[in-house]
Amino acid sequence: MLTDLFLTLCISTALTAVQAENRCSVDAKNGYKVRLSIKTALGNKAYPWDDSEMFLFRATLAFAMRVYTKSDQYNVSSVHVCDETPRVSFWFVVSNDTELVSAEDVEKAVRISRNRINSAFMLTDQTLEFVNIPPTLVAPVQPGTPPWLIVFGVVISAVCAGVVMLLLSSFVQKRRKKGILEDENEEERCEKQNGATHEVQEGSDDFNQIFVEASSSTKL
Amino acid sequence: MLKLQLPNPGLEERIPSHQELEKMEVEEAGDRPKWDNKAQYMLTCVGFCVGLGNVWRFPYLCQSHGGGAFMIPFLILLVLEGIPLLHLEFAIGQRLRSGSVGVWTAIHPYLTGVGIASMFVSFLVGLYYNTIIAWVMWYFFNSFQEPLPWSQCPINENKTGLVSECARSSPVDYFWYRETLNTSKVIEDSGGLQWWMVLCLICAWTVLYVCCIRGIETTGKAVYVTSTLPYVVLTIFLVRGLTLKGSVDGIKFLFTPDVTELANPATWLDAGAQVFYSFSLAFGGLISFSSYNSVHNNCEQDAVIISIINGFTSIYAATVIYSIIGFRATERFDDCLGGNILALMNTFDLPEGSITQSNYSEVLQYHNMTSPDIIQTLNLKTCDLNTFLSEGVEGTGLAFIVFTEAITKMPVSPLWSILFFIMLFCLGLSSMFGNIEGVLVPLQDLKIIPKKWPKEAITGSICLVSFIIAVIFVQRSGNYWLALFDSFAGSIPLLIIAFCEMVSVVYIYGIDRFNEDIKFMIGHKPNIFWQSTWRVISPLIMLVIFLFYFITKVSAELTYIVWNPDSPSFPTQEKIPYPGWIYAIIVILAGVPSTVIPATALFKFIRRRCCSRSNEHKSDSISTISDKVQMSSDP
Repeated sequence: MLTDLFLTLCISTALTAVQAENRCSVDAKNGYKVRLSIKTALGNKAYPWDDSEMFLFRATLAFAMRVYTKSDQYNVSSVHVCDETPRVSFWFVVSNDTELVSAEDVEKAVRISRNRINSAFMLTDQTLEFVNIPPTLVAPVQPGTPPWLIVFGVVISAVCAGVVMLLLSSFVQKRRKKGILEDENEEERCEKQNGATHEVQEGSDDFNQIFVEASSSTKL
Repeated sequence: MLKLQLPNPGLEERIPSHQELEKMEVEEAGDRPKWDNKAQYMLTCVGFCVGLGNVWRFPYLCQSHGGGAFMIPFLILLVLEGIPLLHLEFAIGQRLRSGSVGVWTAIHPYLTGVGIASMFVSFLVGLYYNTIIAWVMWYFFNSFQEPLPWSQCPINENKTGLVSECARSSPVDYFWYRETLNTSKVIEDSGGLQWWMVLCLICAWTVLYVCCIRGIETTGKAVYVTSTLPYVVLTIFLVRGLTLKGSVDGIKFLFTPDVTELANPATWLDAGAQVFYSFSLAFGGLISFSSYNSVHNNCEQDAVIISIINGFTSIYAATVIYSIIGFRATERFDDCLGGNILALMNTFDLPEGSITQSNYSEVLQYHNMTSPDIIQTLNLKTCDLNTFLSEGVEGTGLAFIVFTEAITKMPVSPLWSILFFIMLFCLGLSSMFGNIEGVLVPLQDLKIIPKKWPKEAITGSICLVSFIIAVIFVQRSGNYWLALFDSFAGSIPLLIIAFCEMVSVVYIYGIDRFNEDIKFMIGHKPNIFWQSTWRVISPLIMLVIFLFYFITKVSAELTYIVWNPDSPSFPTQEKIPYPGWIYAIIVILAGVPSTVIPATALFKFIRRRCCSRSNEHKSDSISTISDKVQMSSDP
């Protein structure tokens, strides 16, 4: 009697296990396809895909389910894998005791812990692909001031400083020249009295003063 | 017919004689500016001639007109058209010691219009050229971040994906058309000013002002940097480019000769136009620069040297650009093939690394035979390296879209971006110096500006007025306006002016007098090459190019390309016709500089006829020789 009971128990657990495994199939309703591109991501440092890596995957997924549901009902045995190909792609389903966890829950769990799952395998969203689970887009960091405005500020201040300096220096130069010329003029007026040509000065009227005085009487 | 000399009374009074020139040389009289040394003059001329066109127009022409074979018409026309015109401008400026208005007025008072036309063209071209520099500065400011803002698409508002306009085109396209220009869909839709571009425009005009503030006194110092830095950067890019994968394919593609293109007249036309525009002739700036030289400066040698430098720079820049384009094309090809390989691997679950570029075609064939229907659903793209290489782009598209994309694929992208945009900035700025000179000196010669104004105020007002008008280019439709100005203001009028220049010097000033002048200045008469090109060959070439240009422009349907995200062919740009009122603007842009030549002649003729009495008693009362030369412009 007892042995019968024991036998039925064994058979039923084996059957549910088989059922769970059978529920993992290609295009399973509550399962997802995973595709890994290890050689693309890591090149020379690519590790071979073997059973231990698969074990790590199942463990990471169980971790993701635990984090999502905040309970510890999930173990490595909750994650079932099938249809492994040399591409390194496979299907998986997650079971919760006897039932399969719904696709939406699995998706949410994966999206929350996506970063952790990726880093466990040193892969990225593109190289560790969960088909039909969109990657979580990280909004780029917006700095307070756009960087271009800072560079613009630096350049425009330098240029304005240059303008001011050049204007000032030419103003000072002109002042100085005027001062020297005025001194020279006073000396020259004493020397040249007989109508010889004068130097035309910068900024003065473009008449030779001597001829202006003469023209009123001589009618050139 | 070749020795035709049109009657030109009073020429001797209007120009300084050889003795007066010698006197000026010795006495160093006058307020006329001078170059500090020969190097400044050469660098300024090289900077004016070598501009953005050498970098983004010549490589495209070279590649689209038969690669290495394009060198043949280019070099032939450089020798027959470029060098003679350049020598002519240098010699006449050095001889008559005046800017463009002064020179043409001295040759004959009715020719003042040629100088005024040069001034208008310099002004209009300067307006939009500096806007391009503002765009370059914008990209330069944005290069100081990693990753570069045009390397990835921004995420849309609900954070579900990338912005649709960007996802459908590409990050570089999006950054250029949306984040830089914020371009509208049609030219009528002006869309308002873009504040960030206004800031960059202010920056561009202020930098130009600080360099031109005292005329050649300041530009002469600035050209030490702006004329030499592009060559340094080009060399850096050449070295970097040659170490990238695929660069040699690009260079080979550029220079592979296709001799059949020589039979195509469009090749020769484009070569002639490129030589002409590349030398910045007919702007008046070169005449001005040359007039600050000493009288016995060897202008013949200068013309030959500068032409050779210009030609060499075009070819050098083309090599560098195409090495980078080769790299970009190879990257695109690898991405395209990689995408196809990934699709195949994913569909048939083949292990990674089983399909490579070498066995891709065999694998594809095998699977096509075994399961053709699956292959159909994959929509594999055809990847051809030559198609990517011949995606010939020119102008702003080359600099701001193609090259920036190539830069994002290089390691340490911000550094290359900064270098590239500094180079473009220097190339553009040194050309702007010539434009400002071509506006400033005629304004002074025409006595529009009171003499009391200091030079700083004159350059400041020119920059301010130009900035205010250039604000049309920073609206949302600014890019379309710029293309309009580029096509019409900077093309036909220049050809007319250059033709008039040649005819004036050879037939109105007199080729004999000109030969004597050159003998006086450099010691020997110009040889048969110069004689034949000045009298016959160059004017003929100018005439042919002008006629063809004019006919193609007038007969072609006036359309322009727009960036329209709503159009069905997006991201390919749409070609739509201009609205009606644009024709008026085109007539103003191309017509005003061209018609000002006969109009001024007519005006002076009428004035002379009706006001001839009152002119008899006028006498010169100035004693310095250089002042006398400047004042001899009015009859």
